[in-house]
Amino acid sequence: MTMHAHAPDSAPTFRAIPDRLTSPARNFLGSWEALLLLVAIAIFGANSLASPYFLDINNLSDATFNFTEKAIVALAMAFVVIAGEIDLSVGGIIAIASTAMGAAAQAGAGTAELVVVGLAVGAVCGLFNGLLVARIGLPSIVATIGTMSFYRGISYVVLGDKVYSAYPTDFAFFGQGYTWGVISFEFTSFVLLAILAGILLHRTTFGRAVRAIGNNPFAARFSGLRVERIRFIVFLMTGLAAGLASVMLTSRLGSTRPSIALGWELDIVTIVVLGGINIQGGAGTIPGVVIAALVMGLVTSGLGLLNVPGIIMSIVIGAMLICVIALPILLRRLLHKWRSA
Amino acid sequence: MSPLRKLVVSTALASVLMAGAAQAANVRIALVVKSLGNGFFDAAHKGADEAAKAIGGVEIIYTGPTTTTAEGQIDVINALISQKVDAIAISANDKDAVVPVLKKAMQRGIKVISWDSAVAPAGRMLHLNPSSNELIGNMCLKLAADALPGGKGDAAILSATATSTNQNTWIAEMKKQVSKYPGLNIVTTVYGDDLSDKSYRETQGLLQTHPEVKVIIAPTSVGIVAAAQAVKDAGKIGQVFVTGLGLPSEMAGAVHSGATKSFAIWNPIDLGYSAAYLADDLVKGTKAEPGAEMPIGRMGKLKLEANDEGAMADPFVYDKSNVDEFAKIF
Repeated sequence: MTMHAHAPDSAPTFRAIPDRLTSPARNFLGSWEALLLLVAIAIFGANSLASPYFLDINNLSDATFNFTEKAIVALAMAFVVIAGEIDLSVGGIIAIASTAMGAAAQAGAGTAELVVVGLAVGAVCGLFNGLLVARIGLPSIVATIGTMSFYRGISYVVLGDKVYSAYPTDFAFFGQGYTWGVISFEFTSFVLLAILAGILLHRTTFGRAVRAIGNNPFAARFSGLRVERIRFIVFLMTGLAAGLASVMLTSRLGSTRPSIALGWELDIVTIVVLGGINIQGGAGTIPGVVIAALVMGLVTSGLGLLNVPGIIMSIVIGAMLICVIALPILLRRLLHKWRSA
Repeated sequence: MSPLRKLVVSTALASVLMAGAAQAANVRIALVVKSLGNGFFDAAHKGADEAAKAIGGVEIIYTGPTTTTAEGQIDVINALISQKVDAIAISANDKDAVVPVLKKAMQRGIKVISWDSAVAPAGRMLHLNPSSNELIGNMCLKLAADALPGGKGDAAILSATATSTNQNTWIAEMKKQVSKYPGLNIVTTVYGDDLSDKSYRETQGLLQTHPEVKVIIAPTSVGIVAAAQAVKDAGKIGQVFVTGLGLPSEMAGAVHSGATKSFAIWNPIDLGYSAAYLADDLVKGTKAEPGAEMPIGRMGKLKLEANDEGAMADPFVYDKSNVDEFAKIF
């Protein structure tokens, strides 16, 4: 990162800066989503330049698989984080749901039953998290660190070093199937769920309540919001989303081991935070999360095409996260200095 | 917004720079390993590069996930499919989970083989075993006979758990082939459960209850180290020898102390070399089917058996002369 040419717009007049803050166009340009979108476009451009294989419709379609499942969970996780909580058990939920589906498949369950089992186990796990946080009042980070090991632990006890792989052939559709041309079932579901989540967060009283709780749970309670119940619902949603991700991932892998989706919770939280959701709750948008998921997908697939080792990839993603998070904070501080000067 | 621009421009530039690698070779073989940063696989990579040089016109892409997960390998394989590599040679983290994506690779014309850690038959064209049970059993006996004066004496086996499939198969092979070594006599088998302390205690017990035993065969990398330590601590170096299957990095001390004269394990360099050769064979049009004999350069030929599996060679023998060199690798 030693480059520092190409910056023709470095502010020429200091006094104009307060005006910029009030101009709506500038406001949009300065928004998190615009910034992310720019990063996404830049990475897309860089990928196309860097690898001759990138701009291929089949490859782009293949590349969506490496982030869609995580992105779906991230959509629900966004609600949890905006409500001022966190759910670190999602990886564990995926594992236990997958194990349950594997056991069901071995017992002869058909595809439809498997999907029901996966979603139901996810929902029950989410319900249990919600119970611990909303009813018993445990801090969510503690409760879900506990359930993270608890859920995955059950998978390990059930499976040990064995594997479930007796899935019916048409079960493969959820993780390997295509709804239209090269558009996968996974990607279609993600787009639909993103629209649903966007409406829920930005156009309903429920979404407003989630944000209110994240901003100030006491004030929210005094305003007549049923804080516990809403917390309960967001954990239930996340469990359900993890159950769905489990159906897709299990279907894509065609097998279940207890190590399935190991470490995914952090990737998912990364998408959420990169998407501009305030980690302390209260603010954030679904379009931000969607673009962040695309950015993550583009970065990993682009670096993958260049055969960049995974460890370098995690460094790049870490650096990107720090840069994107730190940038607005630094800018704000700079603005503040200029204004007070 | 200039800092943002900087970020974007430099990210773009960094990506472009990273693409600078050459793409001249005409056959591209991807060596996909369980995880990067593992000495064993780095050595296999060395072997694959050697094969590429020997064949000519071959480029090896050495890649794998950071952690030993099936999901990570699937992402890597997807990236390789996108690059339209000619062949994928994989040591799988999960023999079932990578099958769907490898099937997709084969549908798009990519040759797929597995080596070291197998993929289920549906997901690959052939599997390269480092050795066979028969060869491993024979090698253990040979090493034991070599350690004994005149090749004659009593031997005991220190195994892992009584239920471990690998060890039991190898022990059965040893018992089957022991007649090839007249004078060598297997008196007992004890189980150290692949735990250092239990293997150590079992060896101590063995030394007391069977003082006639002159060589201990431990076909497990945990057991062999513990047994060598027990022999050393009992002051029986020179009277009782330990041999079997172990890792050079863990066994270098025992070899130098004299508790072990020689031991065996597959050579990862040869394994990577053979894997690359086999992948190239398939790209060049050799068909993988039971009974086929596929050339693997300096390693001779790989004979494919049922399920298109083949065994590379005898386990490689390590002694004073080469253990230090390999101890640096794995």
